[in-house]
Amino acid sequence: MAELKLPCDESAIRHLRVGETALLSGRIITGRDTAHHWLCGAFREEVAPFLQGSIIYHCGPVVRKNPDGSYTFVAAGPTTSAREEPYQADVIERYGVRGVIGKGGMFDKTRKGLQKCGAVYLHAVGGTAQSLAKTVVRVERVFKLEEFGVPEAMWVIEVKDFPTVVTMDSHGGSLHETVAQASRTALSKLLGL
Amino acid sequence: MPGSHRLVPAMMKMMKDLEQWTTLVVDVIARATSQLPPDVTAAIRQGRTQEAEGSLAAMALDSVLKNADIACAEKAPMCQDTGVPLFWIHHPADVSTGLLSKACTQAVRRATAKNLLRENAVDTLTGRNTGDGAAPSIPTVHCEEWDRSEVKIQLLLKGGGCENTSAQYSLPDSKLGADRNLDGARRVVLDAAYQAQGKGCGPGILGVCLGGDRGSGYVEAKYQLLRHLDDHNPIPELDAMERRLVDEANQLGIGPMGFGGKTTVLGVKIGTLGRVPASYFVSIAYLCWAARRAGALVAESGEITWLS
Repeated sequence: MAELKLPCDESAIRHLRVGETALLSGRIITGRDTAHHWLCGAFREEVAPFLQGSIIYHCGPVVRKNPDGSYTFVAAGPTTSAREEPYQADVIERYGVRGVIGKGGMFDKTRKGLQKCGAVYLHAVGGTAQSLAKTVVRVERVFKLEEFGVPEAMWVIEVKDFPTVVTMDSHGGSLHETVAQASRTALSKLLGL
Repeated sequence: MPGSHRLVPAMMKMMKDLEQWTTLVVDVIARATSQLPPDVTAAIRQGRTQEAEGSLAAMALDSVLKNADIACAEKAPMCQDTGVPLFWIHHPADVSTGLLSKACTQAVRRATAKNLLRENAVDTLTGRNTGDGAAPSIPTVHCEEWDRSEVKIQLLLKGGGCENTSAQYSLPDSKLGADRNLDGARRVVLDAAYQAQGKGCGPGILGVCLGGDRGSGYVEAKYQLLRHLDDHNPIPELDAMERRLVDEANQLGIGPMGFGGKTTVLGVKIGTLGRVPASYFVSIAYLCWAARRAGALVAESGEITWLS
């Protein structure tokens, strides 16, 4: 099992290969549909330092606001990444992002972007929101909470031993493509096509 | 007096009391969001025995089972996407659908404030999160009058990821060789399982409706998702088809989360509706492994039986 400390540089990412499990520790930032659209609209100076060398987590958490004004992640599993396909490669390149955590995998544009920039797609187990929330040791700050709402806001969090699987690496490999092709063959056989 | 709808005075009060219904529905939501139904847990455990030790599929199923244990112990949402709350309510003529619907909406707001549900409702035009979990059609409440004296409330929390992978086919479909018969339906269900890959948080459960129109078909497909995985379809040919489809879908090799493996679906449940001669829809509602269903049966006496 690989261990990845964040933020990281390109060489740490180039070592990772499809099928490998990776434990993440350090600072990451959540971002999903609204955030990706916003990040592409213009260069967002305020969040750029948090994206550089780090990982975007496709996640819309359940968050509790504590009496002292701090926040606690109550439930925080991955959301479907496919919706960010139009934006992901551009966001990675523009902000120097080293990868994303999500579920369900992404497609060709992102795969090429990962290869070009030296970034990685990390798959978390969908629905395991309790286990994953427990790896969030601190909520550092939040961007766009008022405007985007809790699930779509960009939460800067510190995680410890966040479990993932490398399903798309920086060398063009994709477990999703492999499984899709094998299952297409199996379907054709079942349907006699 | 057997079969009577006459209510004892205390119950009569309960039946008309918005606050009592709201409290009850909050309890149903709390159970749904945090407790994986026993039949679903059993099916995941069974799937786990089929996966090779050390495989990604085995790791994913182990993670899912561990997560379910934590959610149950801590009474916390097992998944952060607490979905669209879908209620089906059967009630006697004495109880108002308006009251029950209002209780469901009020309960969703209250459960959202308690972090049992995520702030999960967005105004589609403005893009603003409503902040309280409710919006037009969220929650969705289906009420149906029946001739029994109890009120039966059933809830399914259906996440967006799996909802996005649901599919509807209009038969015939020449690409899939699907004619307007059960074999045609079988073909499109397998195609839907293939198309979903790992995007809907598999292993999934497929609720299927044969017939209906584009609206009623999906509603019936979702209603099928309230069935327990270990039940039997009362119609023998559909029962056989459900079993065959589970077996065949698991030959696709998609596996948990699309990591590859033998556990692609946990169950297939099929219902039928009438159709007009021109249409033959097959609607497939994909449900993630986090099959969050719960319910309550409220007797005339006020006694509550919890349903899973």
